[in-house]
Amino acid sequence: MRNTWIVCQKELKSYFASPVAYLLLTMFALIFGFFFWNALGYFVVEGAEMQMSGQNFPMDINEQIIRPLLSNVSVLGLFFIPMITMRLFAEEKRTGTIELLATSPVRDFEIILGKWLAAVGLYACMLLFTAINFAFLFRYGNPDWKPLAIGYLGLLLQAGALLAVGTFISTLTRNQIIAGAATFGVCLLLWVFAWVSGYDSSTWATVLSYLSVVTHFGSFGKGVIESKDAVYYLTLIFLGLFFTARSLESMRWRS
Amino acid sequence: MRMLTCFLPPSSGTATVAGFDVLDQSLEVRKHIGYLPESPPIYPEMETAEYLRFVGRLKGLRGAELEKRVEYVSGRCAVADVKKKLLGKLSKGYRQRVGLAQAIIHNPDVLVLDEPTAGLDPKQINETRDLIKDLAGEHTIILSTHILPEVEQTCEQVIIINKGRVVATDSVANLQSRARNAETMLLEVAPRGGTLEPAQVQQELERVGGVSRVLVKEQRNGSVVFETESRKGELVRGDLARAVIQGGWDLNELRPAAMSLEEIFLQLTGSDPAAPAETEPPAEAAPAEGETAAAEEPQA
Repeated sequence: MRNTWIVCQKELKSYFASPVAYLLLTMFALIFGFFFWNALGYFVVEGAEMQMSGQNFPMDINEQIIRPLLSNVSVLGLFFIPMITMRLFAEEKRTGTIELLATSPVRDFEIILGKWLAAVGLYACMLLFTAINFAFLFRYGNPDWKPLAIGYLGLLLQAGALLAVGTFISTLTRNQIIAGAATFGVCLLLWVFAWVSGYDSSTWATVLSYLSVVTHFGSFGKGVIESKDAVYYLTLIFLGLFFTARSLESMRWRS
Repeated sequence: MRMLTCFLPPSSGTATVAGFDVLDQSLEVRKHIGYLPESPPIYPEMETAEYLRFVGRLKGLRGAELEKRVEYVSGRCAVADVKKKLLGKLSKGYRQRVGLAQAIIHNPDVLVLDEPTAGLDPKQINETRDLIKDLAGEHTIILSTHILPEVEQTCEQVIIINKGRVVATDSVANLQSRARNAETMLLEVAPRGGTLEPAQVQQELERVGGVSRVLVKEQRNGSVVFETESRKGELVRGDLARAVIQGGWDLNELRPAAMSLEEIFLQLTGSDPAAPAETEPPAEAAPAEGETAAAEEPQA
């Protein structure tokens, strides 16, 4: 565990020693801010229209701002994840520092876990910044905090799963661009699989949409922890990291 | 070498380092080994001291001991003055020394260096070699190189590997004498006024007991260089000198002609065993798969 922490620390440091972390944090906060502003705008206009038309539907901050916002973020994450994971192993392979790690008295899974945790940590930082926006909601309204917390947990789980996949892809090449592009492709596919269920209800369509990462976020967005969704994310995390370990091992046998 | 450091598993056979098997007790082996790959494994965005601390912790050091070792190795490898500099900004020589510092940070029993002087300028090469020789007292050093003079300068034990097979394991001196059973002497003889008749000198030298062959090797303004061959162990130097002096000539130079490691290498790897001694092939002429590994045993 100590070794994992050493590797994790080193990865976090190198994220923050380069412009990568700051760029990602800024872009994420900026785009999220825009989403938030948009969602809030709709909410205000809808509220005003309702009052003018004399109707009296209940307005709910959780349902009308937080939930759509979180599902937007879950898609937004797909675009940022490749940028976080692409360097994890590809860079070490290119510069040869992988030899240092692989010949240190550290187990492969400790290295992998450390790197993945650092990636999750960076993503958690990005999410943390978005919390500033929600602080305003709590200041001027009274949303329920529990669904929000569960939503964030869902986002973190989803990102963890995709980051694990990205970590795996990063071990396959020494070229960061290739790792990033491939991860992006896989992330997009895992997103659009969900569309199939819109027009097709055959078995394979159900399976395909089950494979999509976004379908599993729905329950978290609503503020519900459904075990099948949590299990999906945890399985993906495990599989991603497991394949990363296998890939590192095969690198030793191949070269 | 990558197998010894547990980077690659052996495809067949086994190896033990410090008593541990590289496959079954890989983690133990890694604790006892320090490794400097061909290009030093540095993170350009880290500072020197930060990097050494990271590697030290990775190798299991902590707390005060870690700080002590970082202090020690950065002094030892002369990188203390760049402790606060980013590794990416350091010169090649400094990077190489940081690489060495990294390899010895946990005071390993065995140090594996892969072409430690590749790509350095002559001054840096000398500094690195001195450092390696200096470290030999504390660690068993295994270094691989294609630069054969480096082996002669730094190593005690030589292993010549050709296409993955060990073709020779011995000390430099033993290799040299083993490669040729005869001993060769070079004599430069100058006339003492007047001119020199090479054939006459040759005759005179051939008469010396123990000398089996005398050749005129080259003539340079007035003086002549002869090459004599005698069986190993025969003490012919004194007799040779006396023969020249008594013949009424001057002896400018008398030295044993050592066979360079390059010739031995070529002979053993079978590239061109009949190659005459004068054609010294450049180091790159060594076969691509051929690799010279050399180990230096600690004196202590």
